[in-house]
Amino acid sequence: MRLSCPLCGERDRREFTYQGAAAMVDRPAPGATTEQWSDWLHLRDNPAGRTRDLWYHEAGCGAWLVVERDTVTHEIFGTALVGGDHAD
Amino acid sequence: MRFSGWRIVREGLTGNRGWRPHWRTPDPKPEYDIVIIGGGGHGLATAFYLAKEHGLLNVAVLEKGYLGGGNVGRNTTIVRANYNLPGNSEFYSHSLKLWEGMEQELNFNTMMSQRGVLNLFHSDGQRDYAARRGNSMRLQGDDAELLDREQVRAMVPYLDFDTARFPIYGGLFHARGGTARHDAVAWGYARGADARGVDLIQNCEVTGIDIAGGRVQGVQTTRGAIRARKVGIVVAGRSSQVAALAGMRLPIESHVLQAFVTEGLKPCIDHVVTFGMGHFYISQSDKGGLVFGGDLDFYASYAARGNLPMAEHVMEAAMTLMPMIGKARVLRSWGGIMDMSPDGSPIIDRTGIEGLYLNCGWCYGGFKAVPGSGFSFAHLIATDRPHAPAARFRLDRFATGRGLMDEEGTGAQHNLH
Repeated sequence: MRLSCPLCGERDRREFTYQGAAAMVDRPAPGATTEQWSDWLHLRDNPAGRTRDLWYHEAGCGAWLVVERDTVTHEIFGTALVGGDHAD
Repeated sequence: MRFSGWRIVREGLTGNRGWRPHWRTPDPKPEYDIVIIGGGGHGLATAFYLAKEHGLLNVAVLEKGYLGGGNVGRNTTIVRANYNLPGNSEFYSHSLKLWEGMEQELNFNTMMSQRGVLNLFHSDGQRDYAARRGNSMRLQGDDAELLDREQVRAMVPYLDFDTARFPIYGGLFHARGGTARHDAVAWGYARGADARGVDLIQNCEVTGIDIAGGRVQGVQTTRGAIRARKVGIVVAGRSSQVAALAGMRLPIESHVLQAFVTEGLKPCIDHVVTFGMGHFYISQSDKGGLVFGGDLDFYASYAARGNLPMAEHVMEAAMTLMPMIGKARVLRSWGGIMDMSPDGSPIIDRTGIEGLYLNCGWCYGGFKAVPGSGFSFAHLIATDRPHAPAARFRLDRFATGRGLMDEEGTGAQHNLH
């Protein structure tokens, strides 16, 4: 499996570290209830099929990426920087 | 049909014409008292103990593929009770006792082989932890013996004792651990459940869970609707999909774990041996193949096949520990879909829906848990009270933070186990 880093181009999967569901980026608001925080931290959709998750380009540029891929076929549909392409 | 030495002799002398199928293939009835979703090791054991221990015979096991076609047929067959933390310790101790009586209980040869599990350690810190873990095991009533380097060398002389990078300081030996024939465990429980009247229904995928007034009413399947007073979900890597049918989200991520087997060799590895400085464990099957595995691929996947970087890591660990393995040729590799919980420990609990029960989160340790999990899940479903050895496997422990069982000490978060 190879991932395409928006900054570095296509790289070997071993350069990247997997973090988990991309929904982790959407933290609950500061006043959220304990239950909302717990759900955000622990519960997962865990889809069999198309998913969006976070990868860290650890052995490369150090960017955090959102990777859209298929958990059944390992097909990669696209990658983007977590902060968006205009982040600087 | 009971198996015995006498029966084998008689069948051998009469052309083996007396053998019959081990279980029926019934059509689903419109209603059962209890429906178990998932015909793997855990589901079949649950049905068996519902019938045997609780006299509940109006039970169906629904399996979307064939019996034992999931993780119970895709593991490295290791059985052990060498856990450290309260919760896990008493549960796996109970499970190992059931393993020890399983062949008599099921009248089925599951090839249970208590050849011993040897966990190696390679530093002073690891030795301290092994001693502590051994003490926990003995306090639980199980066996553990701390071996020094020379005792390990006498037991497994084929390891590389000269390496300076990962020197072998000794090992923790768990003599009652070992291996069993994985498929036979599923078949034995299936046969035992069927003989007591449980309907084992294959090629029957659950497509919906009917709930009314906060109470489960039954399930929708590819073979029609089935009403049930109680429904148990025990589907390992597919837990999130089945729970979603009941509107639930689970604290589960599904990951792939790979395993490998070499061509058949003469007996050379007599125990289960684990490497303490890389995730690697190995045993030799009765057919002669060296069966070994490593760590997760470490990203969510339902592919049931692994990626090459982890295959490479496992081979490197194997060569580091026992250079002789370089002469063996790998026959095949495979992957299983692991239901990973945030703290690496399982869940056997009620849900927010009355009559709906959940059994999941076995991570990469589901095989050795098969009898204990079935026994405890059956107890929960039959009595609505948790079975004492599994009472800490609560679903709400992540929300409350109480009773987390983080055996590896890495933190109770996804992607750390």
